[in-house]
Amino acid sequence: MTQLPTGASASGSLTATTITIQGHGGDEIEAYVAMPEGDARRGGVVVIHHLPGYDRPTKEIVRRFAELGYDAICPNLYSREAPGASPDDAAAVARANGGVPDERLVGDVSGAVDYLRALPTSNGRAGVIGYCSGGRQTVLSACHIDVDAAVDCYGAFVTGTIPPDLPLKVTTLHDQLPELRAPLLGLFGAEDSHPSPEQVAELERILTDLGKDFAFHSYDGAGHAFFAVNRPSYNVVAANDGWERIESFFARHLGG
Amino acid sequence: MCTYLTVKDDVEGSAKGPGGSWFRVSDVTVYYDHPVHAMAEHTLNIDFSAPAGGPGARVALELTAESARALVAAVQRALDAVPQEMLS
Repeated sequence: MTQLPTGASASGSLTATTITIQGHGGDEIEAYVAMPEGDARRGGVVVIHHLPGYDRPTKEIVRRFAELGYDAICPNLYSREAPGASPDDAAAVARANGGVPDERLVGDVSGAVDYLRALPTSNGRAGVIGYCSGGRQTVLSACHIDVDAAVDCYGAFVTGTIPPDLPLKVTTLHDQLPELRAPLLGLFGAEDSHPSPEQVAELERILTDLGKDFAFHSYDGAGHAFFAVNRPSYNVVAANDGWERIESFFARHLGG
Repeated sequence: MCTYLTVKDDVEGSAKGPGGSWFRVSDVTVYYDHPVHAMAEHTLNIDFSAPAGGPGARVALELTAESARALVAAVQRALDAVPQEMLS
């Protein structure tokens, strides 16, 4: 069993609420924050939501990190396009607009990290985790923001090639990987095609050549989005093991 | 997967949307990705929307690939059956 960090409430009690933080360019953006009960010093976790949006399952993940003993926050990356809209409507608008620009994403995650580190309970450490498109955005963030740990859950287009007619404004991160500045845990499905096992292997080779601190795990029988509890892609074996790896990884890098 | 594959176009027509109200749609977005509601890992998703009316002015469809192909064929059959002079 994973040792919980010192920030965890023995009772599992926590508070969760919606707040406003400063994102990219000083913009006020919405965010969901969850914190363990008590004033013990602890690390912080930024959760980057998937392309389908800032939705209920993502907020459940934020609360789970609080239950595990971290101050956790998820910025609503679609705050600007669709303030106050339902998550699926907001995601539709963001998608139709071509997705979230990388520069803005980094600014928003940076604002979330700053928020966590400014909390009176902060031990100064902060990590980032993202799912699906948020997996790529996690790696991107860890190339530009000083975080203490990063977890990429099946992010596509970190490596590989982008189809030439892709309407969304997305690039691979080949040229930015030398800047990766945090230990990286990668969790992937062996049956996934975005990223494919070949693209994961390519990323592994690049990070090895660069001498980066990373650990990857690919789960046989799991496809994309195996952590998504409300989708048919949910894979209990992969998700349970993945959560345990995340808990150990964050306890090591964010705990204390 | 998040395919990121998105096709957009302009449309002219109406849809019955949130609250049971009809509204004029101006945009359609088509993509193959995770559904919000359908019980499939991926679906062909179609959003009919009127951005001028805000994010909620949207009618969304999530169809399996097989159903989406059947829809395309049905639309084509219906249009093919219309006398040319009625198509304007």
